[in-house]
Amino acid sequence: MIAPQALGGFPILSLTLFMPLIGALIIIFAFRREQTQAIKNFAFVITLIDFLVSLPILLAFDTSTHQFQFVEQAPWIDAIGVEYFLGVDGISLLLVFLTTLLGAIAVICSFTAIEEREKEYYFSLLFLQTGMLGVFMALDFFLFYVFWEIMLVPMYFLIGIWGGPRKLYAAIKFFLYTLFGSVFMLLAILAIYFMHYNQTGVLTFNFLELLKTNIDPTHQIWLFLAFFLAFAIKVPMFPFHTWLPDAHVEAPTAGSVILAGVLLKMGTYGFVRFSLALFPVASQTFIPLMAFLAIVGIIYGALVAMAQPDLKKLVAYSSVSHLGFVMLGIFTMTPEGVQGAILQMINHGLSTGALFLIVGMVYERRHTRLIVDYGGLAKQMPVFATLFAITMFSSIGLPGLNGFIGEFLILVGAFRTNYIWAGFAVLGIILGAAYMLWAFQRVMFGELDKPENTRISDCNGREVAYMVPIVILMIWIGVYPKPYLRSMEASVSYWLNHVQQASVHRDASAKALLPSVVPLQANPVADASGKEE
Amino acid sequence: MSSAEIPDIRAYLPELILLIWASATLILDLLLRRQQKLAITGFCFLGVTAALLSCIPLAGTTLTTFSGMYVLDGFSLFFKVLFLLVAALTILISPRYLVIEDIPVGEYYSLILFSTIGMMMMAAGVDLLAIYIGLELMSLAIYALAGFVKRDPKSIEAALKYFLMGSFSSGILLYGLALLYGLTGSTQLAVMAEQVMVAGPNPALILAIVMLVGGFGFKIAAVPFHMWAPDVYEGAPHSVVGFISVGSKAAAFAGLMRIFLVALEPSKAQWEPLLWAVSILSMLVGTLVAVAQSNIKRMLAYSSIASAGYMLIGVVTGTDIGLASVLVYAMAYVFMNVGAFALVVLLCRRGERGDTIEEFTGLARVSPVASASLVIFFLSLTGIPPTAGFVGKFYLFASAIQAGYIGLAVVGVISSAISLYYYFSVVMQMYMQEAPKEHGLSPTPGLAAALILMVAGTLIFGIFPGPLINAAQAAVAIFLP
Repeated sequence: MIAPQALGGFPILSLTLFMPLIGALIIIFAFRREQTQAIKNFAFVITLIDFLVSLPILLAFDTSTHQFQFVEQAPWIDAIGVEYFLGVDGISLLLVFLTTLLGAIAVICSFTAIEEREKEYYFSLLFLQTGMLGVFMALDFFLFYVFWEIMLVPMYFLIGIWGGPRKLYAAIKFFLYTLFGSVFMLLAILAIYFMHYNQTGVLTFNFLELLKTNIDPTHQIWLFLAFFLAFAIKVPMFPFHTWLPDAHVEAPTAGSVILAGVLLKMGTYGFVRFSLALFPVASQTFIPLMAFLAIVGIIYGALVAMAQPDLKKLVAYSSVSHLGFVMLGIFTMTPEGVQGAILQMINHGLSTGALFLIVGMVYERRHTRLIVDYGGLAKQMPVFATLFAITMFSSIGLPGLNGFIGEFLILVGAFRTNYIWAGFAVLGIILGAAYMLWAFQRVMFGELDKPENTRISDCNGREVAYMVPIVILMIWIGVYPKPYLRSMEASVSYWLNHVQQASVHRDASAKALLPSVVPLQANPVADASGKEE
Repeated sequence: MSSAEIPDIRAYLPELILLIWASATLILDLLLRRQQKLAITGFCFLGVTAALLSCIPLAGTTLTTFSGMYVLDGFSLFFKVLFLLVAALTILISPRYLVIEDIPVGEYYSLILFSTIGMMMMAAGVDLLAIYIGLELMSLAIYALAGFVKRDPKSIEAALKYFLMGSFSSGILLYGLALLYGLTGSTQLAVMAEQVMVAGPNPALILAIVMLVGGFGFKIAAVPFHMWAPDVYEGAPHSVVGFISVGSKAAAFAGLMRIFLVALEPSKAQWEPLLWAVSILSMLVGTLVAVAQSNIKRMLAYSSIASAGYMLIGVVTGTDIGLASVLVYAMAYVFMNVGAFALVVLLCRRGERGDTIEEFTGLARVSPVASASLVIFFLSLTGIPPTAGFVGKFYLFASAIQAGYIGLAVVGVISSAISLYYYFSVVMQMYMQEAPKEHGLSPTPGLAAALILMVAGTLIFGIFPGPLINAAQAAVAIFLP
């Protein structure tokens, strides 16, 4: 399960992981409160270097194997079998990249938006980035849980201090909801830990070891539900989504970008990485329920988004809808569906992140987010209009842009599994196009009839600079998605085979529970690497 | 009398040092002039440090003395270090508060030292008499400490209430102990265990168990014996509340573990459901009532009631992990809870009690360091990594899962999640509200040093808990077959 060391064994994951944290500590201890410009520059340089450091991971990644790469493993708390264990595979690779990219963008987009307590702000932002990267890199459950929880703290402060009018409510609601979900996951982790101990006599939180635990189907159901609570709240799946509009709307722009771009992906990532792998039988049992909730999320999110007068709320609800697609893709349990889901996580991070940036730009200029306060901006802000248009088309899945590839793959997976799901998903896409286009039209076109809007300035160089990388990626993924899909292909096939085989192998009678599952098409790459095990 | 019967000094060396120091403190208090009395702070801190240092060479030694009444083992040594840490931290955070509230310095510190001796006796006693004498020594000193703010009726009320209810509960406990003695014919725990085994469950034994649960339940502030805690915490001087909540709770746990896990081990089936119920009730009631508090000391009182519930999980499971987790959590509790009360001390100034949650409004602007410390203590109390409190709770819940007490684990994590709400309502006040007025904070060097120590302890034991877990596992080995 662990690939030979690349990059000469250089601890590149640790470097990527802890650079923001070190930067955060330097901000706290080495800068004075008044040095705001220096703090901003320093934070940006740190996140930029972090992004550059993460690029070799992407370039040196071996796409031919599902195995974990750049692995770092060292004992941490021997007494209870905790290891410092990092690694990336095709499932987490792009998410790490997305995190470092959006981390840098989140810093630079805050330069003028945040005008008080900058020191604490950039500390929180950098601290948050270490937490998020850790979630995607950790392969030890204890370590994973530490990062999973720790990241709530800076996010709480980001929303609570620099947020909008209802920030206090939104911040504690966000914290309580996610904490409530994750404590049950903690109990489930402990249950697996002791099952493994009883079976092998070894105390370990090592994910790859715990995978070998034989968990009977009844326990799988309960443990799956415990993990489900943590991940579904994070995603958020309907009906656990109510924290999201509050948190998104009240958070400062950078907070929304990180929330939508990265934080929500932790839930979907958790399903792919942990739920499917550890509880294959239960995962298959719950396919109908998960697909149902995903579809409800898609339709409900889109309908509610359509009704929003507030641009930021609209984008927030669109996340509920888009994440529904991701969940649907995962639980088609087809290679296309899951690959589409992972790619869609990246796409959503880019497009919704960009949408929040765009909302942030107009909000900074006009201090309102109500759609009715705008209109005709296209004439006044041509550059902005272009960026907004590309982002919006990416979000609704226009062919040629990234969103199309992800949604298409998910639809293929859905069609192969159950055409009714696919039908609903298509309906969701149509609704998505409707609310986005309508909102775009109301904001950008029509008469420039509000006098305040005539003085509005177009994007400045800094704003263009941080939008360009996102736009490039949108087009790149849309036109030539192969390298991205290739990077996850081996891992996705391997883990899907794992689900299939484990559930067949462990409990032949479990088949009775799986009327709707279509046999998987084995991927040759995965087969070859699977035999090495 | 043979030479073997001369009590081995190693078994009570830290106690002896503290006893000498406490007596010397009383004399010193008479010799010093009024303005010089704060020097006693340093003197007592030295004494506690000396006692702490004397523990180092004792590690790994096991011996029994005083005709089998008193032992030195890993368990007693772990708790002695814990009590001495609490005492040291309490001494460090006290001086400015003593001046503000005009509290007699010499008596204050000597009572803290005497009380610490009592706590240590409870942990080291393997005989009902030794444990009970320790309990009374600890309690009597604390009753007096609770009433030290003489001009504050709340303090007087706290002391009187604590004294009356405490005496009553001691009486009940003593009655339980007497019943046990009557049943077994011995006061030595190990001998009693044999007799309990032979006698089997009988009504008198069950009555004794109920009374012991009541008596110890009072001292650890567990529901339904918790009524005193909020009033006493609120009224007692800020600087000793941490000492009361952590020290006396841990000491009572030490005594409870000795009696229940040794003498009453054979009748675990009888006491286990009782402690199970007390644990669940404490977690739920403590957490839910804490949400409604507007006074931070009352809030922390209810949170400490919930903490008693968490720690009981470990006693109920009785596994190696469970018992060790009680000790791990207790040690984490030293840093995070005394730390939280230290912040209340810091906010107190002349004429202002400084213990309502509104007092914390806007504190982050005035004192970022103090606010950040309190955030760390509260994260730890909630059980969010990477803090010692997280490790403690993690380990407690792990023991519940392992031993199959899913109910305890579920109630535990739910109340932990709820507790975030009230801890972070204070954080919200500090960081997200504007300060209405200036805070006159002037931390003394001692208070600052104590804060640094407690933050460091909370984080270091959170990130590298290995040594603490190993020490706790070694300490509870005596209870395991």
